[in-house]
Amino acid sequence: MVELGKYAGTVLGAYGVTLALLLGLVWMTLRQGAKMRKRLEAQEKRMGRNG
Amino acid sequence: MSIWEYANPKKFMQTSSWALPWVTGLAVVTLLTGLVWGFFFTPDDFRQGATVKIIYIHVPSAMMAINAWAMMLVTSLIWLIRRHHVSVLAAKAAAPIGMTMTLIALFTGAIWGQPMWGTWWAWDPRLTSFLILFLFYLGYIALWEAVDDPDTAADLTSVLCLVGSVFALLSRYAVLFWNQGLHQGASLSLDKEEHVADVFAWPLWISMAGFVLLFITLVLLRTRTEIRSRRLRALEARERMA
Repeated sequence: MVELGKYAGTVLGAYGVTLALLLGLVWMTLRQGAKMRKRLEAQEKRMGRNG
Repeated sequence: MSIWEYANPKKFMQTSSWALPWVTGLAVVTLLTGLVWGFFFTPDDFRQGATVKIIYIHVPSAMMAINAWAMMLVTSLIWLIRRHHVSVLAAKAAAPIGMTMTLIALFTGAIWGQPMWGTWWAWDPRLTSFLILFLFYLGYIALWEAVDDPDTAADLTSVLCLVGSVFALLSRYAVLFWNQGLHQGASLSLDKEEHVADVFAWPLWISMAGFVLLFITLVLLRTRTEIRSRRLRALEARERMA
């Protein structure tokens, strides 16, 4: 394990905030994308059925 | 073949679908390489100690905060001049990513500043212009949500983007314009003497490449979602009219 000394809290805090924000952004992007794809497919299917 | 072909949503969807796995893979590999190398395999700085490891997230996120706005400026101008929908949807897609990058830069800067400067925050030219840039991102996203008509929203947000570009530029050059405050100048430079030793510079360059690739990946994904959303609205309107 890397030795961070007296700055362990500072460095790990900075990396923790960054990872949390980046993972949150990626998760939101994927979730919104999947939701929209599903809604569009359902709409296209419905309109295809109804002509 | 012309770049304007990608203004066609169908062409954009085809090309981005092909490119996404490659860009995503490259983004993951470069980000992991840069961050793992920087965090685990670089020495402490003689003055800053282990806090120097924050450079591998602070500098790339600050760079992307400004570059995301620059990308939004270019795509907004394309919308205002040529009225290509994909272009303005890419700007809309980039805004939450740029906002997150600005937030990361502000947070990591504050966390880093506390032990180095003895304060979490100072009304320093670069820090202040970054805070204003963050507020511009918030305003840009809010304006998209506040206006119902998509073309009107695109026009208004594009103009806001032009205005906000002043602060994106100030964020970049604040240290040079006002030679005061706590924040240092550029950590890396292609045309001047480098300020960061090689042992820190290489993982930093790789981290920066990783952040750029992550940005491209997320912009492609979010633009695809925006294009689908616009198509869904068009289909719903057609169904209501029938």
